Amino acid sequence: MAKMKGTIVVDTERCKGCELCTVACPLDIITMSAAVNHRGYPFAQQSGEGCTGCTSCAIVCPDGCITVYRRKEETQP
Amino acid sequence: MNNLVSPTYQVAGKPRLLNDNTMHYCPGCSHGVVHKLIAEIIEEMGVEDRTIGVNPVGCAVFACNYIDIDWVEAAHGRAPACASALNRMWPDHLVFTYQGDGDLACIGTGETIQALNRGENIAMIFINNAIYGMTGGQMAPTTLLGMKTATCPYGRQADLHGFPLHITDIAATLEGTCYVSRQAVDTVAHIRSAKRALRTAFENALNRRGASFVEIVSTCPSGWKMSPVKANQWMQENMFPYYPLGDLKNDK
Amino acid sequence: MNETSEVVLLKGNEAIAKAAYRYGYDGYFGYPITPQSEVLETLALDKPWETTGMVVLQAESEVASINMVYGGGASGKCVLTSSSSPGVALMQEGISYMAGAEIPGLIVNVGRGGPGLGTIQPGQADYHQAVYGGGNGDYHCIVLAPYSVQEMADHVGLAKELMFKWRNPVIILSDGVIGQMMEKVVLPPFHPRRTDEEVRQQCPWAANGRGKEGRRPNILTSLDLDPTRMETHNRHLSEKYKQMEQAEVRYEEYHTDDAEYIIVAYGCSARISMKAIDLLRHEGIKAGLLRPITLWPFPEQRLAELAEQCKAMLTVEASEGQMVRDVRYAVARRCPVAFYGRSGGMLPSPDEVYESLKGMLS
Repeated sequence: MAKMKGTIVVDTERCKGCELCTVACPLDIITMSAAVNHRGYPFAQQSGEGCTGCTSCAIVCPDGCITVYRRKEETQP
Repeated sequence: MNNLVSPTYQVAGKPRLLNDNTMHYCPGCSHGVVHKLIAEIIEEMGVEDRTIGVNPVGCAVFACNYIDIDWVEAAHGRAPACASALNRMWPDHLVFTYQGDGDLACIGTGETIQALNRGENIAMIFINNAIYGMTGGQMAPTTLLGMKTATCPYGRQADLHGFPLHITDIAATLEGTCYVSRQAVDTVAHIRSAKRALRTAFENALNRRGASFVEIVSTCPSGWKMSPVKANQWMQENMFPYYPLGDLKNDK
Repeated sequence: MNETSEVVLLKGNEAIAKAAYRYGYDGYFGYPITPQSEVLETLALDKPWETTGMVVLQAESEVASINMVYGGGASGKCVLTSSSSPGVALMQEGISYMAGAEIPGLIVNVGRGGPGLGTIQPGQADYHQAVYGGGNGDYHCIVLAPYSVQEMADHVGLAKELMFKWRNPVIILSDGVIGQMMEKVVLPPFHPRRTDEEVRQQCPWAANGRGKEGRRPNILTSLDLDPTRMETHNRHLSEKYKQMEQAEVRYEEYHTDDAEYIIVAYGCSARISMKAIDLLRHEGIKAGLLRPITLWPFPEQRLAELAEQCKAMLTVEASEGQMVRDVRYAVARRCPVAFYGRSGGMLPSPDEVYESLKGMLS
């Protein structure tokens, strides 16, 4: 069977650490960094496995700093 | 095996018309999401060659710095008058205004109602976060009763400050409007719905069907003194009952 | 369409309207107010949108009118509004925005007496408002002062040229006398409106869509929160104003060659003063007139020259004395400068001007 494999790339310098993506993620695999960017904001990061590339995080991001990639992958039965 | 992080597999990201300038909006501000939707829709409709945005006075006074289209920055409240002339001068262009509650529903109430009532072929986008953001959180025409702001620090009282203004409901009663809708951008589902509403408004404008008006019930985390996540919850619990979401008018 | 000029008998206000579509203006936005309502009425009657394609819109207020002019001008189109004193007061914010964002446009003020609601009778008490800017910030508008119905029409054409040459608002400061009186006027032949393509070529700065060529976005704004950039912009405007002062001073003289006494007056007061000068000349008194056609920039240089030649000057205005300050500044004590004015809808009469000047003879 096929399943969706996804991943996100965060523009960490553009991110303002609002955390809206962490709430929007249905898998709860986005967390905030301990480090801060040059503006002093902690930034979003993918911190768990299983991203399906559903794009929820990118849709709610007010600053357009999340890019989502997704492809179908065949898995062994 | 190809690298997943490649343009081939990209399914979401910053729209092309949203440029690289970092937006000045506070963390979690609804403006950013609406800007993104506008950029996406103009891109999808392929009309950036003939789109003119009119930005307001208020936080969105810098909207022109983020979406790569032509803009005219209007005086406080006067965007509908400015947009009326722009569309009458360039009738095949997409002309829209982008205004906050103070701009559209307070100082510019006259221009708002008159432009809508004339049936100007424009789209008006109304960001209602119930507060004056840029000047530091003062009472807006749409501030809820009991809500605390810098100029009603003990909460808005009807006997002192009057009632919240339902300008979107007024817009729906005007013969010049063809489409009036109230939306929000707090969840994925609401954002998708808001995008459909904005696209309808833009198509109406281009097809010269009359005036379209889309309110986005929004948050102002800084002005409300809440985290963005908490602000969304507060909006859902307090704003939505007073400003219910959905189409108020849709003349097909 | 008529391709030749036409001689007709018109009110000044009607001449403004007819000149606007004949000179190829793209839009008019206005609100009724006495004594200039015939401008909008004439346009509504003549329906230029069916002939030249000019847009005519009755706005909800003078505030909306000027912001429509702001929008139309920002897109590179040639647009105008007209009003009278209290209405033009309401437009001052928009005019300041136009000057700041360098947006062309024409504002016609058919002046009446003030302050406040004042009177609907003619007045020239808006000189300060027009010349020194009733709005906020460092800015100037070019101010044209017609003294005949013919000049009402001609200045509409001149304003079109100047507003685009300098990317700056132009004011025609007229008065209820010139607006309401009827005179023979030669209307210009029809000038075709610029096509959208011509507008885009001639106004590459304008906000009218990025076009098929996808040029960089144009943003028309008067805002810059960075004080260093804002000051740079203000210096750029100041430099432009200096160039305008060099290039655009206009005036007319009447019997100044041998004049020992010079009256300075514009608009209706200039016409009245010319009659007084005829009376004075009849008695052998060598009087002449300097009539500024541009109130800004002001004919300072010429006034300074005339001040060397004459014994005294008299400024005549339908106000309590506004332009007289500029005359005194230009003359710089080279000769005495007296003032005679009537206000509140009253006008100086030729006899009063005559008596006033005779009182100066020593």
